[in-house]
Amino acid sequence: MAELRFTKDHEWIRVGDGDVYEIGISDYAQGQLGDVVFVELPEIGKKIAKGGQAAVVESVKAASDVYSPVAGEVVAINDALTGDPGLVNKEPTGAGWFFKLKTGDTAQFAELMDQGAYDAYVKGLG
Amino acid sequence: MDKSQGRVARDTAGELPPVVTHSGHRGLQLEEKLIFEQGVPGRIGVDVPNPPQGAADKLGAFARKEPIGLPDLSEPQVVRHFTRLSQKNYGIDSGLFSLGSCTMKHNPRLNEKMARLPGFADIHPLQPVKTVQGALELIDELARWLKTLTGMPAVAMSPAAGAHGELCGMVAIWAAIKAKGEGETRRRVLVPESAHGTNPATAAMLGFTVDPIPADARGRVDLAAFEAKLGPDVAAIMLTNPNTCGLFETDIKRIADLVHKAGGYFYCDGANYNAIAGRVRPADLGVDAMHINLHKTFSTPHGGGGPGSGPVVLSAALAPFAPLPYVVHGKDGFRLVETKEAGAAPFGRLKGFNGQMGMFVRALAYMLSHGADGIRRASEDAVLNANYVHARLKDVMTPAFEGPCMHEALFDDRFLKDTGVSTLDFAKALIDEGYHPMTMYFPLVVHGAMLIEPTESESKDSLDAFIASLRHLAALAKQGNQAAHFHAAPRLTPRRRLDETRAARQPILRWKPAAPPAPTAQAAE
Repeated sequence: MAELRFTKDHEWIRVGDGDVYEIGISDYAQGQLGDVVFVELPEIGKKIAKGGQAAVVESVKAASDVYSPVAGEVVAINDALTGDPGLVNKEPTGAGWFFKLKTGDTAQFAELMDQGAYDAYVKGLG
Repeated sequence: MDKSQGRVARDTAGELPPVVTHSGHRGLQLEEKLIFEQGVPGRIGVDVPNPPQGAADKLGAFARKEPIGLPDLSEPQVVRHFTRLSQKNYGIDSGLFSLGSCTMKHNPRLNEKMARLPGFADIHPLQPVKTVQGALELIDELARWLKTLTGMPAVAMSPAAGAHGELCGMVAIWAAIKAKGEGETRRRVLVPESAHGTNPATAAMLGFTVDPIPADARGRVDLAAFEAKLGPDVAAIMLTNPNTCGLFETDIKRIADLVHKAGGYFYCDGANYNAIAGRVRPADLGVDAMHINLHKTFSTPHGGGGPGSGPVVLSAALAPFAPLPYVVHGKDGFRLVETKEAGAAPFGRLKGFNGQMGMFVRALAYMLSHGADGIRRASEDAVLNANYVHARLKDVMTPAFEGPCMHEALFDDRFLKDTGVSTLDFAKALIDEGYHPMTMYFPLVVHGAMLIEPTESESKDSLDAFIASLRHLAALAKQGNQAAHFHAAPRLTPRRRLDETRAARQPILRWKPAAPPAPTAQAAE
């Protein structure tokens, strides 16, 4: 499976087909949120800036914004989350993906944290 | 020193097995069906006259096409049902209510007596104004108190709750911006992370872009981050003071000056005004608009006992935009201004009538019975009580920030690290101790937050008993082998721990009658 990169806001991103990227929230994020009860996804075709608000995830504890790690246009959303938001808890980096983004600027990916750097970052949060 | 050894609380006596009752009741803790499940067709508590001949025809298209679906009940059934429900409730009249960010104040019974005076309780908003002069005078007098306490020149009395008050203040700000021709350009509202959750919702509802400001290590607005975000597109900052960490925003005057210099306005969320009423005048802090929750600061009932009431004080810059209607005093006594008058530019109406009259009566009764010195003393006691809780728990729980705090004490979950006990488990165990839990997981800026607001009317005895329960639970959690006890809590309540996840994922929002028996094949043909 292709490599994951992470943001400080606990989103992950994975290279899909060519310039299409898959985005979700990290295992650490789902653990902190607790049981996810609702996910609001962006509309297909929406253009999002890097760091722009893309989705909302709501758990029994809190509602949080999900930001896009890179700039691009939404080309697919994970409709399965609407009926089964618990997928975010069960498989945060797999079936619990949020949306797919097409981007022209693939260099943005390399600037994000890799698994090792992210694990160290999370460890530092205590 | 608390010498209490605790009392065994369990539903079995000695070695006997758990009691299983035929009725489902647990002693005098009664199981109660929904009222819709209790109806018996034909049972009735009143004689309803038959409608006059032909009445249904006059309704035309408005006539009901199917039964209304209310249960048929006798009066004793109804009385028992609601009495039983009230006995399951836990409110400020039952015990200490530690919920933070909520200011659960004692509701003095004098207020209730005043609100029931027929001249206030039995009037109608459409009565001729000359027949309700006393009621209008009361609204005017309450407005005068609010203006004097806050130092602000104007107040809009009609908002029906705190969030409605926020909307009122922000619409007034928007109107002022539009009047300056900047309606299209000033579209951003700054909201600190330590503000109330309704603040960003209000700004977003009006179409503003919400731009969060981070908190600094002291739990207050990061001043450098705030300054960096100021610009010609900023409409306002919405700041809660004291903030949701229970801390006074010490840079508030500077924040007000900077936002004014940038051409924006300063909305202050006054939900925590109970900590500073009588001591700090919001006008002196540079506030342009602030709502005052009469239920949080001036002891009107909260929640189900409401309704709420959220008057908004306004600066001179915003006063012309105050909503209709409002009370003025002229040569013919008091009157209600219902339409735009010269010199004013009201943004419109927020509500059908003039505000929550019953709450106005209660709030003014509280003000008059306490006096300015009593209101100041209540704020001081609220802050003292919270600091007492903070000081007596800081060695066993972990305060999120260094003290002193204002009206509420905020703890995080560091003291539960590696115990297997979460904030949620800890709060649930507090229910078995006989207390309504503190606010959990809010504010979000603190990990596993527990926010405790004891209010001013709790005595030292009452606080000591509460603190002893928390100390007991903290010690129990730290034993390291008691996680199962916490995970099972609460165990002494009519219902054990509820499945919050399933309730949110598959909510049942209304009762529906059981489906009628399936039609036979023959009938369906």
